Amino acid sequence: MQVSRTSRISLRMATYGVLVAMYLPLVLVVVLSFNSSNSFSWPPRKFTTRWWSTILDVESARHALLTSIKLATLAVLIAVVLGSLLAFALQNFSFYGKNTVSFLAVLPIALPGIVTGVAMRNTFMRFGWDLGLVSVVAGHATFCIVIAYNNVAARLRRMAPNVAEASSDLGATGWQTFRYVTWPLMSGSVVAGGILAFALSFDEVVVTTFTAGSGVETLPQWILNNFSRPNVLPYVTVVATVVMAISLPLAWLAQRLSDGAESLAGR
Amino acid sequence: MTAVAGAARRLTAFFRARPLARLFAVLGAPLTWLVVVYLGSLALLVASAFFKLDEFTGKSNGQLTFSNISAVVTKSAYRSLMLRSVLIAAAVTVLCLVIALPVAFYISRLASRWTKRGLIVAMLLPLWSGYLVKVYALRAMFEPGSEFGSGGFLKSVVGWSPGFGYVAVIFTLTYLWFPYMLLPVYAGLERLPNSLLDASSDLGAGSARTFWSVIMPMLIPSIAAGSIFTFALSLGDYITVKVVGGTAQMIGNIIERVLLAPNQPLAAAFTLWPVGIMLVYLAAMARLGAFKNL
Repeated sequence: MQVSRTSRISLRMATYGVLVAMYLPLVLVVVLSFNSSNSFSWPPRKFTTRWWSTILDVESARHALLTSIKLATLAVLIAVVLGSLLAFALQNFSFYGKNTVSFLAVLPIALPGIVTGVAMRNTFMRFGWDLGLVSVVAGHATFCIVIAYNNVAARLRRMAPNVAEASSDLGATGWQTFRYVTWPLMSGSVVAGGILAFALSFDEVVVTTFTAGSGVETLPQWILNNFSRPNVLPYVTVVATVVMAISLPLAWLAQRLSDGAESLAGR
Repeated sequence: MTAVAGAARRLTAFFRARPLARLFAVLGAPLTWLVVVYLGSLALLVASAFFKLDEFTGKSNGQLTFSNISAVVTKSAYRSLMLRSVLIAAAVTVLCLVIALPVAFYISRLASRWTKRGLIVAMLLPLWSGYLVKVYALRAMFEPGSEFGSGGFLKSVVGWSPGFGYVAVIFTLTYLWFPYMLLPVYAGLERLPNSLLDASSDLGAGSARTFWSVIMPMLIPSIAAGSIFTFALSLGDYITVKVVGGTAQMIGNIIERVLLAPNQPLAAAFTLWPVGIMLVYLAAMARLGAFKNL
């Protein structure tokens, strides 16, 4: 297709313009974390490292960080096991209701998070179980399954079916084929799915809000709860920068490990 | 060691003879979780909308009623709130599409092989920079300023800011979910064979005609797939609305408020709106071929 020089240049400008627009606000947050003023006004008043050097003294933030890591780790462990099994089952077996099952796997992300959150909260309260770490882990695992599932399923679809056949022709048992052929080929996608699920859980706030009760405060919730306090606001920009510094390299690593950039939008 | 090997061999033999047991061993756990924990919770949620409120506990008291459902369906204030939320989600989806089309076209057809992957990764990475981080980043951009302080970045540098309200909500949601539209549209363009575009121009079509008559019809399933995310994620959002929306309200805000009132049954009735809207939307997008590309 012939594209004129003018449209080529304007399309390039549009693309890089969008890129700038996407990163500008993120850079702004990093800059504001070094701002001596406790507001979002621009330009920054004076450069300071005060918020960075004292962030560890903010006990609630430290505590929230630990809670977030603990929660994401537990949710990811459940989600990776269940999501990988699901992908494996849908790829290797044909059974009645297969389409329904694959639709069911994407439903937790196709329905708004608030629905999942309210539903989980309702279930826990109905059975008289306390809201706490367990209910948050259950909620997070539910929407993380899809990410693990998508990553592993994409890899399995791309895997040549004849390697498994060759393995069994050469006398390997089903288990040996899985252990020495299928698993080494799919393990990278399992790890990538796990990393992305971790990043998503680390970042999630809606399902958390409704399932956490009063005892659990994750890092995103800490941001939400402290944003309106002027004397804590600068710390919010520090925490936000820390969140980016953790999540962005993880996401970048995950797309290197998996089959391509597609996995980054795999939810 | 031999005992373990023997057990493993017997286990393999057991599963080889029984395909159903094999299927169950693999599918049992994930299916149980999705059906019992997830679908079970959704079913309980729908059911709880049909019970009366116990004023004392904020939960249902076990007596059946249709008053919650009829309240959220018939009250005109609620209906206009739902309509507004759907319109906002639709506006965000259209805006995402309008931005994604030229960007995806440039990356897929015009960028060099080396910049291509870098660009698509750079476009998708912000998805992982943290939802709240981005929402607050945009709040810092949009800060309209007051007599006490100068405005945020836009106000000070560009001289204009949308302030806090529906416009800021639509901009912010577009910023948040745009990559979900970009990726499927880009992937759809990548699948489009060059020969098809060449054939179109050989037959005399200009680039505008080629775009509307050849490219767009083939992109419909990709656009439908992307729109599921931009639409669903916008429809249920309530935190963006709180942070940059000023006095704006969407479905999520009323669900949160009613739930914490606390009125669990009425909140459950409200969630039936986004569930119903999304089921209709998913069915429509499935007809457009969205799930072939998910």
